[in-house]
Amino acid sequence: MKAFAALFAALDGTSSTAAKTAALAEYFRTAPEADRVWTIALLSGRRPRRAASSTELRLWAAEAAGVADWLFEESYAVVGDLAETIALILPPPATAAPPPALSLAMSGLIALTGQPAEARRAAILSAWATLPSTERFLYTKLLTGGFRMGVSQGLMTRALAQATGRPEAEIAHALMGDWEPARTSFAALVERAAEGPDSRPYPFALASALEGGPDGLGAPSDWCAEWKWDGIRGQLVARPGAFALWSRGEELITDRFPEFAPLADFLPAGTVIDGEVLAWDTTTGQPQPFAALQRRIGRKTVPKVLLHEAPARLLAYDLLEAGGQDLRALPLATRRARLEALLAGLPADLPLATSPLLAFSDWAALTAARVTARDHRAEGLMLKRAGSAYVGGRKRGDWWKWKLDPFSVDAVMVYAQAGHGRRANLYTDFTFAVRDGDALVPFAKAYSGLSDAEFAEITAWVQRHTLERFGPVRRVPPELVFEIAFEGIQESPRHKSGIALRFPRMVRWRRDKPAVEIDTIETLRALLAAAGGRLPPAPPEDI
Amino acid sequence: MMAADLLTLTPQGLYCPDGDFHIDPWRPVSRALVTHGHSDHARPGMAAYLTTPQALPVIRHRLGAITAQTLPYDQPLSINGVTVSFHPAGHVPGSAQIRVEHRGEVWVVSGDYKTEPDGLAEPFAPVTCHTFITECTFGLPVFRWRPQMETVAEIARWWAANAAAGKTSLLAAYSFGKAQRLLAALPPLGPILTHGAVEEVNQILRAQGYALPQTTRVTPDITGKTHPGALVLAPPSALATPWARRFEPAEEAMASGWMAVRGIRRRRGLGTGFALSDHADWDGLLAAVRATGAGRVRATHGYTEPFARALRDLGLQADTLQTEFLGDDATGDGA
Repeated sequence: MKAFAALFAALDGTSSTAAKTAALAEYFRTAPEADRVWTIALLSGRRPRRAASSTELRLWAAEAAGVADWLFEESYAVVGDLAETIALILPPPATAAPPPALSLAMSGLIALTGQPAEARRAAILSAWATLPSTERFLYTKLLTGGFRMGVSQGLMTRALAQATGRPEAEIAHALMGDWEPARTSFAALVERAAEGPDSRPYPFALASALEGGPDGLGAPSDWCAEWKWDGIRGQLVARPGAFALWSRGEELITDRFPEFAPLADFLPAGTVIDGEVLAWDTTTGQPQPFAALQRRIGRKTVPKVLLHEAPARLLAYDLLEAGGQDLRALPLATRRARLEALLAGLPADLPLATSPLLAFSDWAALTAARVTARDHRAEGLMLKRAGSAYVGGRKRGDWWKWKLDPFSVDAVMVYAQAGHGRRANLYTDFTFAVRDGDALVPFAKAYSGLSDAEFAEITAWVQRHTLERFGPVRRVPPELVFEIAFEGIQESPRHKSGIALRFPRMVRWRRDKPAVEIDTIETLRALLAAAGGRLPPAPPEDI
Repeated sequence: MMAADLLTLTPQGLYCPDGDFHIDPWRPVSRALVTHGHSDHARPGMAAYLTTPQALPVIRHRLGAITAQTLPYDQPLSINGVTVSFHPAGHVPGSAQIRVEHRGEVWVVSGDYKTEPDGLAEPFAPVTCHTFITECTFGLPVFRWRPQMETVAEIARWWAANAAAGKTSLLAAYSFGKAQRLLAALPPLGPILTHGAVEEVNQILRAQGYALPQTTRVTPDITGKTHPGALVLAPPSALATPWARRFEPAEEAMASGWMAVRGIRRRRGLGTGFALSDHADWDGLLAAVRATGAGRVRATHGYTEPFARALRDLGLQADTLQTEFLGDDATGDGA
């Protein structure tokens, strides 16, 4: 882990992208080969199953440090990162043999999963006792799950391209899909693009947010517009001997959506479609709210009743491969025409259709259409340049998402909790309430949307106005009013307020507004009725 | 049982009713005993100040014309029948703990302190007492300092690597205490430039006889080019200002106990941080508490509630003493 720890230190010590790329490229040239593969896996979000739960890790660390559980929790609240709390709270490591290679440490962790708690505890305690401090932190970070070290997939791809002399796009494609670090060599991994067809998806093209309207985009005739759906982005890959549905997070979700299986028989071999997976309302011919789809995401096998209640449908918006040929360099208009021709030849009862293009002659007409997005169960518009190639990653200029303005209500802060990671020591996680008669009903938590200066000011206020402490949470007088924006609203029996919000965040601190003037639970119920959200959300999983 | 506490809290600060004096008060009082010159301890507006002779010059520099008397370390003085004395706290040059004795009852106010000698400040000396009022800025078990020697060596390697890469090393450190402690400990690897706030304290301490290496005050004509390979010592507030830009290309870092936590360092936008503190770490606090032999401990300045609870878990009588100032919390610079 020595090389990996040095890489981490180099990445952690700079915010310069060029310096990070250089450090990574150097690592990919010089580190032990198996470690390189593991590093690529970790930086692209491929992590092994957790060998211990966070509860177990807290208990074992507190015990090894001789620190009471409550004191461990107090410390965690200040440090803000479980792995770092553990690394700091344990006694200094005994100097021992040099740390094991990253690949060895990782295979050790993989071997631990499924072992009895006592065996896992012994192995982890022994690692904690012997690893030097940085390695101890990294090892624990790997134990607790995802760890990207501030490196985006794009940055890693660039570094790999530098280290290997291969084009970036080729590397990006090679890293897509399903591969296991423990069974893949570095050479095979970066050269996979040269191999024959498989079920791998193409790197997804991503859209940037369009701020302030489309007037700056030039001639409307250069653009295609579609609804922006609130589903799961997916690539459907049908190649000889392979049929796969990939999520944008490069997770294979084929088995979660068995209704797509018949497509394997109808799509010509060598077809790759980019589109949106939605839960479909067959009576209205519209998507169901995201909450319905969420019920499907959360499970690996789908009970019949769910297949009936929330059937999935793929609305296709792009054709990336046809007849085994990569179409990505062709203009969107051409790809779109071929997509429409392809789907027109398929039986109508398949769960696959094109995502319709919106006809518009000028931006005013499109602006007017956007306002009706919620009627179409969409969250806004997508604008794609008709002449553009399909480029993986977020390339500004060709793909724009123009979302509806969010819902918003004014609410009062009732609880505050210190943030984690970069924001430990600042009170940044707030619980908000609206009025229900004379009472206040907590209905949402939010932790983003304010400036660092505002968080600092609120932190000082919370420290002076704490009414009660529950561990790291402080109850404060209901005085500070915020405008809370959110993307969706659903009924939820699990919440006291009976509702659950999607992506709530603070948009403004309403210093001008006294707490008596905040919105009421009736306001929220009216929004709920208007949004047609009825289904209870299931806890989301990895997608 | 004792009749009443020897020291109590008033709106002005910590007060001794029998001796009619305050310790580190935050609002004007008639007589203030001051542990050291940091601005959250030595406040303006007191009718009379009492401090150590080593601490007074910096206090005078910061507060201007004040009426002050000094009391050397370890010498008793009777104030209205209450015996007070100052004892080294090891925090910054001249810093003191204050011992208060009346009718056989002994209280010690720690002020800010650290237990590891830093080579410049008078080393911390434990004082036996019945009640110990202790700071606990870093009163959680995640705060454990490495020996100063190791951290200073790490800073020296950083400085040398920057110099080799043709970059200036811009090191943020509190201008009274931390900066001078670094000056005294760092090897002479190149020119050392100082921000005015640091240099003014340097001059005062040099005049008192503290051994500090030669430094150059940054003037408008000085840049990274005029002093290649230089280390610049500046208060944290000078980072990322036009003043600091003259040293580009430069690497920035900060020396503070808070740098032990990655999230705090990153929140300050710093790539590099050195965990070097003028406050005691967790082990230092526990050792100091034990060394006093005190049966009762009152925690102030810092993680007071968890620290007091941890002491109670150890069988001590402990509670918190809420002061008006939060002291060196994670958003401050002085730790």
